Amino acid sequence: MANPLLEVRNLRVEFPTRKGTLVAVDDISLSIAPGEVLGVVGESGAGKSMTGAAIIGLIEPPGRVADGQILLNGRRIDNLSYDEMRKIRGKEIGAIFQDPLTSLNPLYRVSEQLVETIMTHLDLTEKQARARALDLLKEVGIPAAEERLDHYPHQFSGGMRQRVVIALALCAEPRLIIADEPTTALDVSIQAQIITLLKRLCSEHQTAIMLVTHDMGVIAETADRVAVMYAGRIAEVGPVQDVIKRARHPYTEGLMGAIPTIGGRDDLLTQIDGSMPRLTAIPNGCAFHPRCPKVHFKCHTVRPDLIGDGSHSASCWLMEQQPAQGGSQ
Amino acid sequence: MIAFVIRRLFQALLVMLVVALIGFTMFRYVGDPVAQMVGQDTSLEDRAKLRQDLGLNDPVPLQFARFIGNTVQGKFGISYRIGRPVDELLADRLPATLELSLLAALFAIVVGVPLGVYTGLYPRRWLSHVFLTVSLIGISLPTFVIGILLILLFGVTLGWLPTFGRGETVDIGLWDTGLLTVSGWQSIIMPAFTLGMFQLALIMRLVRSEMLEVLRTDFVKFARARGLSNRAVHFGHALKNTLVPVITITGLQVGSLIAFAIITETVFQWPGMGLLFLQAIQFVDIPVMSTYLILVAFIFVAINLVVDLLYYVVDPRLRVERSGGGH
Repeated sequence: MANPLLEVRNLRVEFPTRKGTLVAVDDISLSIAPGEVLGVVGESGAGKSMTGAAIIGLIEPPGRVADGQILLNGRRIDNLSYDEMRKIRGKEIGAIFQDPLTSLNPLYRVSEQLVETIMTHLDLTEKQARARALDLLKEVGIPAAEERLDHYPHQFSGGMRQRVVIALALCAEPRLIIADEPTTALDVSIQAQIITLLKRLCSEHQTAIMLVTHDMGVIAETADRVAVMYAGRIAEVGPVQDVIKRARHPYTEGLMGAIPTIGGRDDLLTQIDGSMPRLTAIPNGCAFHPRCPKVHFKCHTVRPDLIGDGSHSASCWLMEQQPAQGGSQ
Repeated sequence: MIAFVIRRLFQALLVMLVVALIGFTMFRYVGDPVAQMVGQDTSLEDRAKLRQDLGLNDPVPLQFARFIGNTVQGKFGISYRIGRPVDELLADRLPATLELSLLAALFAIVVGVPLGVYTGLYPRRWLSHVFLTVSLIGISLPTFVIGILLILLFGVTLGWLPTFGRGETVDIGLWDTGLLTVSGWQSIIMPAFTLGMFQLALIMRLVRSEMLEVLRTDFVKFARARGLSNRAVHFGHALKNTLVPVITITGLQVGSLIAFAIITETVFQWPGMGLLFLQAIQFVDIPVMSTYLILVAFIFVAINLVVDLLYYVVDPRLRVERSGGGH
C-alpha cells in the first residue's frame, strides 16, 4: 500500500487503575487503504473496540493513548486537541456503533439529528441540509423516506434504525468508517441486509471501513483483509481468504475450527481450551502460550512480533520455522 | 393527546373529591361545629335552631354535596378564631406564600440546574467537590437552622436585611405584592434562600446524577463520534434527556414548597398561609384547616397535571397512541 488512508503505528492504550496500569491495546500497527474493508476480529476484551475508539479519539478517561501514532492521510491525529479532533470526527472518520436501539437520541426527530450533523460539518443552509438528509435516508434504503424523515427513532424498527445510524455516519462523506459491531444487535436476516448496504455504500463512495466484530462470518463476507486480535495485540493479519483458509496463528486456527458449518459432517466443533487472560494477568512471552496446542519453550519467555511476508503475517514463533507454509488446515 | 388530558383531568377530579371528603369529615365530625360557633350561655333551643339553619340535620350525602357546592364557589365557611370568611383570609395570605415559594423554586432551578450540569460534566474538578459539599450542607441542615443563622448574620450582626415580615407591599388588584418595593425584595431574600436551599441541593444532585448517567449512553457517544460540538452534546442531547426525572421531582418540590413553607414562614414571621395554618391548628380552627387541606391538594394535583403534560412535550415516545406503539 503506497498511501494508506489510515495508519496506526505501535498504538498502546492504557488504563491506570489502583492496582496498576492495564494495557488494553498493546503495540498495535495496522493500516487501511482507501476504499478497503479491514475486519478486526477477536474475543470480548481483545482490544478491538478500544483500537477503534483510539482512532476516533474517544477513549473514555481514565484510559489514554500511551504510545504510538495514528495517521490519517499522513497527518498525525492522535495528538490533536479535543476541538481539532472533533472536526475530524464525523467529517473524515465516521462511526457506527453496536446497538442501533440506543445510538439515536430518543428525544429528537431523525431529521433533526441528521440536519444537526450535516450542518456541523458542511457549509449548508438548513434547507439544503434537510434535502441532503432526505437523500441520505433514500440512499440507505429507508422506504417512504419523505414521510419517515420527521419520525422519532422509536418509530423505526431495529434494522431501520441501523440504517439511520449509517446515514448519520455518512452525513459528511467521511473517507473512513469505524463500524464497531454494526450487526451484533440485529437479527440474522437484517444483519445480511446491513452488511450488503455497508458494502455497497462503501464501494460507491470509496469509503474505507474498519469493521470491528467477533463474527467471522461477517468478516468473511465483507472484509478485504482481516486482523485477528488477542489480549490487546494483533495475532494475525492478512487477506481474508488467506487467513480463513491458511491460518498461521494457532489462535486463528482455533477460531476457524470453532465456526459451525451447515452440512459439515463433524458434529463436534474444536474449542480452544481455557479463556483469554485478564488484562491484569497477561502471561509473559506470547500471551496465547498457556492455551496454545503448539507451544514450545521460546513462547514462555519471548514475545513474538508480527512475522510474515508482505501481506499475511502472524505473531507466532512457528512462523520462524515454517514461514511459507503456515499452520495446518 | 386529548384523550390523555381528559383521563388525567378525570383522575385529578377523583383525587379532589376524596380530599374534599376528608375535609368535609373534619369539618363535620372533628368537634361539634355548633359548639364551636356559639357562646357557652347559648340555650339548647338556640343551638338546635342553629343546627337546623346550618343544615346539620340533613342527610350526610346532602351535606357533602352542599359542602362541595360551596367549596367550588369559594365559600369555605367562617374561621372560628378570627370570625372572618376563610376565603378572605386565604386571599390575604396566598400572595405572600406564592411569591415566596415561587421565588424560592425559581432560585433553586436557575442555580441548581446549571450547577448540576457542571458537576455532572466535570465530576473530578475541585469546584465540583466544593459544590457537592455545600449542597450536602444544604440537604442536611434543617431549614430553621439555616434561617436562624442567616438572621443572625445578615439581620442582626450585619444589619443588612430585615429579620421578619414582608416589608412594604403594593396592592395590584386582587394581588398584594411585595416584589415592587425595595423593602419587599430585601425582606424576601433570606426566606426565599432558606426555603430554596434544600430544593437547590436536591435539584443539583438529581441533575448531576442524571447527567452522569446520560453521558454514558450510546447516543451521547454517537453524538460525539459525529463530531457535534460540546455545547450541542451537553445541552442538546444530554441535558434534554435528564429532563423527565428532573421535571417530576421539581414539580413535586414546588408543590411542597407552597404547602410546607410553614417552618420558614414561622422563622421569618412571613405572613403567609403556613403561619395561618399553624395558628389554625393551635386554635382547632377547623374551617381554616380543612380549607388549607383542600387548597394544598388542589395545588399538588394541578402541578402534577402540568408535569404530566410536560412529559408529553419533552418525550415523543409518550405521544404514541397505545394501540400503535411498540416495535
